[in-house]
Amino acid sequence: MTLDDIRTKLNGLEGRAYWRSLEELSGTPDFQQYLHQEFPANAAEFTDPAGRRQFLKLMGASLALAGVSACTRQPPEKLVPYVTQPEEIIPGRPLFYATSMPIGGVGMPLLAENHMGRPTKLEGNPEHPASLGATDVLAQASVLNLYDPDRSRNILNLGNEATWPTLTAALQTALAPLRSAGGAGFRILTEPISSPTVIDQMETLMTASPQVKWHQWDPVYGTVQGGAPDAQAIYHLDKADVVVSLDADFLGFGPTAIRNTKDFSSRRRMGTPTDALNRLYVVEPSLTLTGANADHRLTIKARDVYGFATALASALGVAGVPAAPAVSDDAGRWIPVLVDDLRAHHGRAVVVAGDHQPAAVHALARAINDAIGGTGTTVVYAAPVVATPRDGIASLRELVTDMNAGAVQLLLIVGTNPVFTAPADLDFLTALKKVPLRIHLGQQDDETGDECQWHVPEAHYLESWGDVRAFDGTVSLIQPLIEPLYGGHSFLEVLASINGVGGQSTQDLVKGYWTKAFNGQTKTKWTLQDREGRPFPTVDAFWRQALYDGFLASTSLLTGAVPTPAAPATPLSLTPPPAMTGLEIIFQPDPYILDGRNANNGWLQETPKPLSKVTWDAIAYVSPRTAERFGVMSFQRSGNGDLPLVEIQYRGRKAKMAIWPLPGTADDVVVVHFGYGRTRAGRVGTKVGQNLFTLRTSAAPWFDGGVELHETGEKYLIVSTQNHFAMEGRAPVRVVEAEEFAKNAKAVAELGAERPGPEVSLYKPFEYNGHKWGMAIDLNACTGCNACITACVAENNISVVGKDQVERTREMHWIRIDTYYEGDPSKPDGVYHQPVPCQQCEDAPCEVVCPVGATVHSDEGLNDMVYNRCVGTRYCSNNCPYKVRRFNFLLYSDFTTPELMAQRNPDVTIRSRGVMEKCTYCVQRINHARIDSKVQNRPIKDGEIKTACQQVCPADAIVFGDLNDPASRVVALKAQERNYGLLEETGTRPRTSYLAKVRNRNPALS
Amino acid sequence: MEGSQYPKGDFRAPLPIIGPGHSFRSITNKLTSVVLTKNTPKAWFAVMAIGFVLLNGLMIAITYLLFKGIGIWGTNIPVGWAFPIINFVWWIGIGHAGTLISAILLLFKQDWRTSINRFAEAMTLFAVVCAAIFPVIHTGRPWLAAYWLFPYPNAMTIWPNFRSPLIWDVFAVSTYGSVSALFWFIGLIPDMATFRDTAEHPLLKKMYGVLSLGWRGSARHWERYEHAYLLLAGLSTPLVLSVHTVVSFDFAVGIVPGWHATIFPPYFVAGAIYDGFAMVLTLAIPLRAMYGLRDFITDRHIENMAKVMLATGLVVVYGYSCEAFFGWYSGNEFERFMLKNRMYFGPMAWSYWVLILCNFLVPQIMWSKRLRRKTWAVFTAAMFVNVGMWLERFVIIVTSLHRDFLPSSWEMYYPTKWDFITLFGTVGLFLTLMFLFVRVLPLISIFEMRTLVTDKPAAAPQVEGH
Repeated sequence: MTLDDIRTKLNGLEGRAYWRSLEELSGTPDFQQYLHQEFPANAAEFTDPAGRRQFLKLMGASLALAGVSACTRQPPEKLVPYVTQPEEIIPGRPLFYATSMPIGGVGMPLLAENHMGRPTKLEGNPEHPASLGATDVLAQASVLNLYDPDRSRNILNLGNEATWPTLTAALQTALAPLRSAGGAGFRILTEPISSPTVIDQMETLMTASPQVKWHQWDPVYGTVQGGAPDAQAIYHLDKADVVVSLDADFLGFGPTAIRNTKDFSSRRRMGTPTDALNRLYVVEPSLTLTGANADHRLTIKARDVYGFATALASALGVAGVPAAPAVSDDAGRWIPVLVDDLRAHHGRAVVVAGDHQPAAVHALARAINDAIGGTGTTVVYAAPVVATPRDGIASLRELVTDMNAGAVQLLLIVGTNPVFTAPADLDFLTALKKVPLRIHLGQQDDETGDECQWHVPEAHYLESWGDVRAFDGTVSLIQPLIEPLYGGHSFLEVLASINGVGGQSTQDLVKGYWTKAFNGQTKTKWTLQDREGRPFPTVDAFWRQALYDGFLASTSLLTGAVPTPAAPATPLSLTPPPAMTGLEIIFQPDPYILDGRNANNGWLQETPKPLSKVTWDAIAYVSPRTAERFGVMSFQRSGNGDLPLVEIQYRGRKAKMAIWPLPGTADDVVVVHFGYGRTRAGRVGTKVGQNLFTLRTSAAPWFDGGVELHETGEKYLIVSTQNHFAMEGRAPVRVVEAEEFAKNAKAVAELGAERPGPEVSLYKPFEYNGHKWGMAIDLNACTGCNACITACVAENNISVVGKDQVERTREMHWIRIDTYYEGDPSKPDGVYHQPVPCQQCEDAPCEVVCPVGATVHSDEGLNDMVYNRCVGTRYCSNNCPYKVRRFNFLLYSDFTTPELMAQRNPDVTIRSRGVMEKCTYCVQRINHARIDSKVQNRPIKDGEIKTACQQVCPADAIVFGDLNDPASRVVALKAQERNYGLLEETGTRPRTSYLAKVRNRNPALS
Repeated sequence: MEGSQYPKGDFRAPLPIIGPGHSFRSITNKLTSVVLTKNTPKAWFAVMAIGFVLLNGLMIAITYLLFKGIGIWGTNIPVGWAFPIINFVWWIGIGHAGTLISAILLLFKQDWRTSINRFAEAMTLFAVVCAAIFPVIHTGRPWLAAYWLFPYPNAMTIWPNFRSPLIWDVFAVSTYGSVSALFWFIGLIPDMATFRDTAEHPLLKKMYGVLSLGWRGSARHWERYEHAYLLLAGLSTPLVLSVHTVVSFDFAVGIVPGWHATIFPPYFVAGAIYDGFAMVLTLAIPLRAMYGLRDFITDRHIENMAKVMLATGLVVVYGYSCEAFFGWYSGNEFERFMLKNRMYFGPMAWSYWVLILCNFLVPQIMWSKRLRRKTWAVFTAAMFVNVGMWLERFVIIVTSLHRDFLPSSWEMYYPTKWDFITLFGTVGLFLTLMFLFVRVLPLISIFEMRTLVTDKPAAAPQVEGH
């Protein structure tokens, strides 16, 4: 090797290059062989019999000698403590950093909890208008994706390990001829993106090479049917007295759901029985979480929503509405009532159109909102924050056509997994193989990565710098919490390298963009002010504040910024959706696995799907009446077991799926969930469930007619965490009508049986001189979103048990959401959710029966679980009327995978086999607050302690506090007329109590 | 017995409790030859083989259990107790007949008990052994449960929770086990001396010599023996009632509908005796055939036991009707639902009706004196009762737990193969112990049988020295 070799080599590199030896630097063939051969030279001789014998002899001898070495004393390893303690880090105390999670192109604002350099838990950013402190299931579980041991770890070229410099070199080599043609033949396929820095880099690229094309594909968030709406609607549900949803799951799905739930629930939380409630009407084909929270719900097919919207619009006198098609009798009864209610609440009502409905329905909703005075008050229409093409189907179709035509020379796929998720009729894989050079950047070496010559591990958002806009336009910064665990790279890095500005850190890129923005040098002009609306004195002050806050306060359409005016809604020009006939198929993403990207996340696999409580599988929802045809007689089962597998035939394609009768689904509708059936997901998600992407077409990605269901005679095991959905005349959830409650404040109390007092107990009552913790859960606010379950899993190191254990009903969740249906299963009268954690009973039945005293009452009223003392008789669980105790029947905790150990909350014990566990009211958080208050010599403030379930709750349905503090919020809630204890007739005196559900029905419809 | 009101030959006349023509010597020879012989019956080997195979299943099941955890069973949440606790209660119940026969019938001077008390006591002891396995292995961490449940002084100054019925269980069962063992062993001492004196092999002489604790049959020995035996009988008598009462508290103290009932203590005790007598019959009928002991275990014994079985069975059925009545009469919706679920529409309602068939309908054939004297009929009824009493505990434990207060938690319970291997494994353990006992110790009390010889005036036992 000569110095010239090294110079040549170094010239090809960019950025800082480190090498361990000159051989590595020169990249000589000898070195490459040394690196990549599993067995070094001469290993081949073991195939020779004589050599093999020699090998065995050696092995035998070394085994024998290994025993000898056991007799030597191993040298002691000394641990050296910090000589100079790093600033800010106090061992045992977490630090919180503001960051943001991009999902579907928009940001979920977060505070990340960091223990000694390890992010362990995510909370919502309380200052950020898109979160106000709450998060959802996906954000809670995303921390597990960071530590996923099956994430890809190496840059791969044709399956061989490669390095970043070789990748960039290859990329530049391939780009060089394309650049001269203005970039023609270079395509970039990404998920929806709103990041200003990325968009700026893309603009730089497209200015230099105008022929470069940017495509978007996201089967969940970036796909529309019947055109994308012109404008993005941002709702102010806190200002709406009447809300009408046209097949919109605005409370249950998507990054906007958190703020929507915050606003919506603020109008459901009553103080006194006479407080006014808002009223929610939902028109939808199958039950969603939004529908479950409706005061009135109308089941119609998805294809009929357009007809309903036109009928409603014309009844409201909207100009330019085409003649309304005939609507069903039920719908006909609804429309005059809706018209009256919307008119009566002029300026205080809003109509919400569903994301899966065509642009025509959105246009109608907008026209109605204009007519009822909602636009500008209850809803704002703004230009979309996502910069990528909004119609992913059209964008992907264009790419596939070009690929088939041989017009694509270099394709860079970022994040998305089209080989698995692209519409079946596009045959993406065949087209992809015609592209000479394919580069995939993704967190997993997934189905798409496998089909590309290059695979680059993508950094998790907790490992990389970046920025993203929340749904309300707020620019949120992404701060890394940890160095990339597996050497990931971000899209920004790749893009910078393409633009020739590689080699600088991504932090510098992001900061560079915002420095320019501060100086007004960017194309998009940003107003940058602090939260009080004052401009920043210097760019450093701005940057520091922005990182501290995690977002740029002045960019929110909800609180400050004036929206970019969207295209006007009038005159109304509608493209009516094509007519559909026959049985209807509705495609839905799995609520947690999404398009399969979360398939390897055990927390999400085991989080029960809302409404059905199914885990570990995708299912097809049909109405109970349709299910009867396939031999499923009831939507309730006595236990987990097999369900019939039906064959779904649609447009000449077939797929099999187990059917689940979901009350509130329209007859002759089948709702299928895609996202399962991954083939390269990892140890958790590979080959789990059925793949439904094989049915989804580009013509109708969300719903279509003409599907056929056929019995197969086969059965498939579906496991769920709840199998009985009727209250059986008991009243675990107490429900009253608003009108009745306003007249009779005792209505809630009258629903319960006699409540025995402490005097019936044999044992002396406890005395509480200090704190006395308690909790109140508002069932009127709770939407049943499951965020509390996942937050509890993340906070309390709760194990994932797997499908076979859930089948035996051994799931470990400390809090569960019980769902009950009322009335006729095909047309449920009510759907109720009830979060059930440990009730921390005053006279706890579990405490008396434990033979070893492993569950005892604390002097602050907690029902403590002493893991070390527990021998596992399970008597406590038998005697618990709420069945909230969870038992480690097998060794459920993962004690072996090192990657996962870093995720765990160091404040919570990892439970081993044979031990009972349950909700502790997050006792570790109570203890932290106690220590803080003692150090600062002050009492614990009300609201200072938030349990994990309370902190995450977007509906603020859970309130925890000190019952000995008369000024606390929890005491005020428990004093309400709605307050009741679950099963209080058993004499357990639970200290978690519930506030009854109050429904605000329109007398004209009941 | 002697002064029967019926003429000889009348079918109503009570049968003798010992076959005709027996002398002291013939009894001694007959009963010692069962053990001190080299010709073991083939049937003994057959039963022993079955028992031993099942016992090995138990060993494998427990080893695997300790290795994996109790998740190998079908136990779940909400059904936190299932087969192991059912088996525990069933075995403990079975033991009760032995104590009743040896203690209570002794105090009531029921001399027919003499032929059956020895092996019934052995049955008690082995049933307690089988039962005692379960409270330990059913826990999540048996290696700790094995001693943390006992109140031993320790450096952490932690005591068990004396409010928990499981702790009461520990005392009840351990007392029961030790008193039963003592009672049984004291009763064996004179017979051990007989064996010591009869055995020819020096090793056997040595072994039985040690076990006979120097018994010489002196008047003083007999006096002490009679005192001790009577005292132990007095000690055992309350145990017959208390042990299953305490076991029933495991359920009655709980708040689960179907458990929380004040009828449980008497109902459990009656059930235990019912099942115990069924098990004594199950053992006595094949044993007397195997060893030709019809003269000692006569049809009179079988008939008497069948009567006790019938009577206690009716008490148990009374318990069922009380449960049903009070469930309804309480007006409590949870209780009422539990009954409907148990008997009518629940997915496990079949188990209740099989239980009624086994414990109520079939044993009613014992009203017929003719059938009581038919060995096959009694044996069949006893087998039904054995199964029925196991099912009774299944109904109480599993069907009550699987649907309790909150409908959202209602789930099913399905046992796994390991549940069955463990259950039948303890049957194997029981059979193995029982047949080892029969092979090495007198299964009928020799010296007490001698007192039944009526052809001669009852001789003072002390002249019967060997």
